[in-house]
Amino acid sequence: MRLSRFARFSIALLFFWIVLFAFLPQIMVLIASLFSKGATSFIVFEPTVSNYTRLFDPIYLQIFVDSLVLAGVTTLLCLLIAFPFAAILARSPKAWRALLLVLVIIPFWTSSLVRTYALIALLKTKGLINAALLSLGLIEAPLELMYTQSAVFIGMVYTLLPFMILPLYAALEKIDPRLIEAASDLGAGFWSRLTRITIPLSLSGIIAGCMLVFLPALGMFYIPDLLGGAKNLIIGSFIRNQFLTFRDWPFGAAASMLLTFMMLMLVALYAYRERKAGA
Amino acid sequence: MSQPLLTLKNIQKTYNGIAVLQGFDLEIKQGEFLTLLGPSGCGKTTVLRLIGGFEQSDAGEMLMDGVRINNLPPHERTVNTVFQSYALFPHMDVFENVAFGLRMKKMPDAQIQSAVKEALEMVQLGVHARKRPAQLSGGQQQRVAIARAVVNKPHILLLDESLSALDYKLRKQMQIELKTLQRRLGITFLFVTHDQEEALSMSDRIVVMNAGRIEQIGTPKEIYEEPRTLFVANFIGEANTFTCKLIEQREGEVLLGYGGRSFCVKTSKTPSARATLLIRPEDLRVERRLEDVKSPNYFEAVLEQVIYKGTTIDLLLRLDEGREIMASEFYNEDSDALLYQEGERLYLYWVDGWEVLLNEAE
Repeated sequence: MRLSRFARFSIALLFFWIVLFAFLPQIMVLIASLFSKGATSFIVFEPTVSNYTRLFDPIYLQIFVDSLVLAGVTTLLCLLIAFPFAAILARSPKAWRALLLVLVIIPFWTSSLVRTYALIALLKTKGLINAALLSLGLIEAPLELMYTQSAVFIGMVYTLLPFMILPLYAALEKIDPRLIEAASDLGAGFWSRLTRITIPLSLSGIIAGCMLVFLPALGMFYIPDLLGGAKNLIIGSFIRNQFLTFRDWPFGAAASMLLTFMMLMLVALYAYRERKAGA
Repeated sequence: MSQPLLTLKNIQKTYNGIAVLQGFDLEIKQGEFLTLLGPSGCGKTTVLRLIGGFEQSDAGEMLMDGVRINNLPPHERTVNTVFQSYALFPHMDVFENVAFGLRMKKMPDAQIQSAVKEALEMVQLGVHARKRPAQLSGGQQQRVAIARAVVNKPHILLLDESLSALDYKLRKQMQIELKTLQRRLGITFLFVTHDQEEALSMSDRIVVMNAGRIEQIGTPKEIYEEPRTLFVANFIGEANTFTCKLIEQREGEVLLGYGGRSFCVKTSKTPSARATLLIRPEDLRVERRLEDVKSPNYFEAVLEQVIYKGTTIDLLLRLDEGREIMASEFYNEDSDALLYQEGERLYLYWVDGWEVLLNEAE
């Protein structure tokens, strides 16, 4: 296939962009993770694997497990909320769909850090949610929302939900509605149609959405920090602390490499499944 | 007469303010092959979707064995549909597609195995049980769709333009297979098509529809030979129609005037002042000489074109007053038809009683 000059230019530009700003920094992190911490400089060029062996200390392993649980629960919550939303979106009249999709995308126009601060305004003791519930007489004392696990999940789900909705929508929209009718015709009620037709046929969208939520959730340190009061460390905060607070670049780099490796395994699993499904 | 299997009473259906069905009445008998025939947009598919439960009628009643089923969802109805696009489940193999309905009924697995196997044998797809629908040809997918519906032993099998996606030869073959299947299973078939030839060759009864109404219900022979309206006459087969003036009504016959000629036609009905005389192209006899014409009712026309069609030869002729008519002759070795010269003057007549007389308002 012959590509146009514009296409070749664009691909080349993207390629150099990724090499320059993603691949090379990653290599630098890898290199840093294999050297030692110095007293006066960030890195001393003494090769070692101790940064990696230290990660398997139970204290640090706990951080990894906590992060995986947080990301896992966030992914599950996003899936449960996004699936009905995307299903309704995919079956709504064409004129409505564009508007609803825009509503899903609009939050991207604001930095997620800014939006997290906005959530604080909603969740704090004298925030909008408590004020509204108090004035309606639904509660007598303000709810303790800020700096709880719930606040962290609210923030995570709120920030990552669009990444689940969009691939689910794309997959659900492709399902021929006549297949659902056929299932119904053959005696399948709502749950049977959902579990035997809709979910299997949108599986690639479900997996893509879960990855798009799970992977960023592992590294999103500012949400637990701001909404959860930094009570629990997650990998993201841990890596940031190593670099910025403890000035232990090699150790932070090793933790970062482990996270990258875990993500890579998930992507590889997905690619393998897709290739098998395609064959 | 026994109670009809399914009765539709005064069904109304409107989409976005446009009436698709108005005052639709129909009775479907146990075990018959009934076809809904009409041009696209006449409402025939809507009737099918109402019976399948995919649409709700605005008014009217639907009774299955005397029980009202208007509000039953599709999965609680005892009918199954063969969709136009087949709608086979792409993520299941042929076997699982066919087994789907039985699994929904929670039939024991051993019974499912044998029932599905039998259904696949019936449509000659036993060897393809473990293939995905995408690996099958159009005709095979069609058979899977039929097996998937039939295996549930529905009271009525609904077929929505089920053959129209197939090529001509395969369609002919499937028509015969479907008819054989229906006879063998004794299941009531409700078939929807816009193809009049298909309707004529397969049905026990045909319902001709136009613009949301029934034009005529009858056996294929009745529909073809005694069309009750001009629409039916024109939609089913070819027809030469002549709008005539009533000149005189006599005992059991009428004298009609058309373009300076008059025809005497036997009829028991009282014709309106203007009536349409309808003659099928194959009912017209063609002669070169006036003395061979064996009827007082005849036309004189100039041959314009001879169209050879293999089994028949179509002659396009023009009457003196300018309009075109068509006559078909069955081809045989000693037929004169091929010898006619374009531009030649010929005489056309028909055997008494083979014409159809339609009153104006019909």
